[in-house]
Amino acid sequence: MTALGGLLRKEWFHIRRDRRTATVLIALPVVQVLLFGYAIRTDVDNVRLAVVDPAPDAQTISLRNRFAAADVFRTVAVVPRITDLDPLFESGAAQQAIVFYPGFSRDLGRGEPAKLLIITDATEPNTGSLLQSYAQAVVNQWVGGASRAGGAGGGVRIVPQVRMRFNPTRESKNLFVPGLMAFVLTIISSMMTAISLTREKETGTMEALLVSPLRPWQIIVGKVTPYLAIGFVSVVLVIVEALLVFHVPLRGSVPLLLVEGALYILVSLSLGILISARTSSQRVAMMFALLGTMLPNILLSGFIFPLESMPSALQAISYVVPGRWFVTIARGIMLKGIGFEYVWRETLFLAAMAAVLLAASVRSFNERLE
Amino acid sequence: MDAIKAEALEKRFATTVALDKVSFTIDQGELFGFIGPDGGGKTTLFRILVSLLTPDAGRAQVLGFDVVRDYRALRLRVGYMAGRFSLYPDLSVEENLTFFASVFGTTVEREYAQIEPIYAQLEPFRNRHAGALSGGMKQKLALCCALVHRPDVLFLDEPTTGVDAVSRREFWDLLGVLKQGGLTTVVSTPYMDEATRCDRVALMHRGKLLGLDAPSGIIAAFDRPLLGVHAAQRYKALLALRTYEHAQSAYPFGDVLHYTDARTDLPAEAIGADIKRFLDASGFSDASVEPLTPTVEDSFIARTESDPGSRTPDPGRLQ
Amino acid sequence: MSDLAIQVKDLTRRFGDFIAVDRISFEVKEGEVFGFLGANGAGKTTAIRMLIGLLQPTGGSARVAGYDVATQAEQVKRSIGYMSQRFSLYEDLTPRENIRLYGGIYGLTREQIRTRTAQMLDRLGISSVADTAVRSLPLGWRQKLAFSVALVHQPRIVFLDEPTSGVDPITRRQFWELIYDAAANGTTVLVTTHYMDEAEYCDRISIMVAGRIAAMGAPMQLKRDSQVASIDELFVQLARPDGPTRPTRPSSPSGEGSR
Repeated sequence: MTALGGLLRKEWFHIRRDRRTATVLIALPVVQVLLFGYAIRTDVDNVRLAVVDPAPDAQTISLRNRFAAADVFRTVAVVPRITDLDPLFESGAAQQAIVFYPGFSRDLGRGEPAKLLIITDATEPNTGSLLQSYAQAVVNQWVGGASRAGGAGGGVRIVPQVRMRFNPTRESKNLFVPGLMAFVLTIISSMMTAISLTREKETGTMEALLVSPLRPWQIIVGKVTPYLAIGFVSVVLVIVEALLVFHVPLRGSVPLLLVEGALYILVSLSLGILISARTSSQRVAMMFALLGTMLPNILLSGFIFPLESMPSALQAISYVVPGRWFVTIARGIMLKGIGFEYVWRETLFLAAMAAVLLAASVRSFNERLE
Repeated sequence: MDAIKAEALEKRFATTVALDKVSFTIDQGELFGFIGPDGGGKTTLFRILVSLLTPDAGRAQVLGFDVVRDYRALRLRVGYMAGRFSLYPDLSVEENLTFFASVFGTTVEREYAQIEPIYAQLEPFRNRHAGALSGGMKQKLALCCALVHRPDVLFLDEPTTGVDAVSRREFWDLLGVLKQGGLTTVVSTPYMDEATRCDRVALMHRGKLLGLDAPSGIIAAFDRPLLGVHAAQRYKALLALRTYEHAQSAYPFGDVLHYTDARTDLPAEAIGADIKRFLDASGFSDASVEPLTPTVEDSFIARTESDPGSRTPDPGRLQ
Repeated sequence: MSDLAIQVKDLTRRFGDFIAVDRISFEVKEGEVFGFLGANGAGKTTAIRMLIGLLQPTGGSARVAGYDVATQAEQVKRSIGYMSQRFSLYEDLTPRENIRLYGGIYGLTREQIRTRTAQMLDRLGISSVADTAVRSLPLGWRQKLAFSVALVHQPRIVFLDEPTSGVDPITRRQFWELIYDAAANGTTVLVTTHYMDEAEYCDRISIMVAGRIAAMGAPMQLKRDSQVASIDELFVQLARPDGPTRPTRPSSPSGEGSR
């Protein structure tokens, strides 16, 4: 058996016999995705719609019924004045409102453009534009139907008005869950490798490994490989969870997603190894692993807070947060169904990061005790 | 060729001097012991010799390899057993051995002859997890793992510390067997009685070598007569002896008190008679006195007493 | 007529099928220095853990300082001192701080702690380093300080687990003088050690083999009865009755025998 083979075999024994750690490694990401995932509200269904109809008549009621018939919307209030909308938006009772301008039906009948105001609560610009386009689609359908029926010669002029209010949890789950996957996978991966190398240093077995023909790259590969395998299992489980529990679509290629997931795990493991190559205490390693992965991933991967609305300095920093790239890749593959030709840049970034981190680990691996 | 050669090795850690200009040579095939208590610098010295640490000053060569420059080549040829148990507790005896064999590019089967005398004792526990072995067994396993790749030099850092007296004996018996095979072995130990099992020993205390010679030579260098005193009231007799006007030192050694006198010109019998008289007069009429052959421990004590820089200052005698 | 500090009767401890301590019985008088010897894996550590209230017996009984170890473990812990081999003092604290810490743990008043600190520092002669981190002190000083700290609350009985392991020969002997001193003041001392010459310093010793007490008595008496010159030889005889290669008990799930 080669030296590397012997190392891999030993790691396999450790992992298999430490039941508790192995369970944590595989189960924790799954549990975390579940917990976090359910903590967010799925808002793109059941859009709470308020209607301002000062003078209800056949036309306005027809359009209102069209909205009511659409699955996405749920009419929660019909009010006579536009000022009545304020308390509804403030309390969150309404997410969107359609406002019929006075003379709506008259203008429609005369063949002149009739004005309709769509107000959307869109603190999160992504959701906001989604809601807006849904509403517009319903109106357009209705207009189309009406022209066929012989009315609405001038069409309906839609005035969109987007209203911003701070409310960061209003995020579509489809956009959220891939980010969540990236987040949980990072933490576990980098933590485990950080701990495992420093554990050898703390127990003293590292001394025996050093006074041997083993080279740093062998020791490092020997540590990363088994955790790559375990991390991959986590990736699969987390994807399955996203599909089955949260009904996130998977429109693109499954093998591509798995490969990208494996690559992403590799980056996290490499970060963990780099941390443990430079520390000799498990506690310190764990701290650095958590700090170096949790905070950047929450803040700068685009998972909760959209990157486009951040100052350019932070956006620049996000370039080195692996989570940012994986979130883009995962969203692209799962939601848009795009192929490798669209994510090759992001993939390249991840691969480069893994290479740099691993090389840095090998170089900073101390071959002596001090 | 010398197996090991050290020249004026120095090493500091923060404010502590771990090694203070240590020099020595060790011949091939020797069973060499570094004898001394914890904190003496033994572990630091061993770590430098196996290239895990670098000296602040001085040089050392092991098998012709410089311990700093040629560390890669050196690590292929030495066997090392670290001070604390550094094998994998969750791996079995067999798995630990197989692992270390594979790391050196060999197999247990191929090297079986080398480790056979030791492995024979471990064999019944092949599948037991290393963590579940007793102290003596763990050390034997560690010895096996250090030997499995057939090194040219073996460094054993305190292999018998914390192990019971019987297992310690067995361990040294095994080292004797290995020596017959021509292996150069360097051992460190705090147990002074183990010095006699070595070809040569170096006494180490607070980073300095207090003496380097065959055990018989160390003992022969004891510069004055040593007397043994038996008395029923041992502790009281000890305190009384220390008050004797010509007393140099009095220490308990098991059930005997070891006494040395400040007067270097008198023969043992004369000193013995003086002591007996003194003890009788002090009320210890049952005391008996006889000359003794010094042990390595007596020598160690004498040397640390006479070297004020290396001796732990005496924080308080009791009345 | 002295009280019995420790009374042990048929004390037993099983771990599943494995019997670590097999019906041992002995007594220790007040003010005695009792040596508790045995090979690694023989059951010494387990027995001591039961006596200091850290482990429940599975059979038999033991009374320490007048309290039953099974039902009155907390009182036992309050009445004894303990110096463990693995850990005794906090390395980044100074001697003074360590004394204050342990004094507080054992319920001494601030005044008492002040007095004891002055006494202990003076007797050990380490007043000059009273405010240096323990980490920087030589091992021998640390062990002596640890012993004193174990006595900070002046317990009737003190348990010492290999207190002189690795210490230089002179300091080892000074340590034993501290033990004698404590015993002369009426403290009962139960000590374990791997140094067989230290066995001779004890008033009485017991040697455990495979969970049982194989020999017990005054060192002189034991040597005479077995016709050996040293306790070391007696130990070898008992631990390896069939010869050098027969192991005693090389494994135990309790972690017995780990270094």
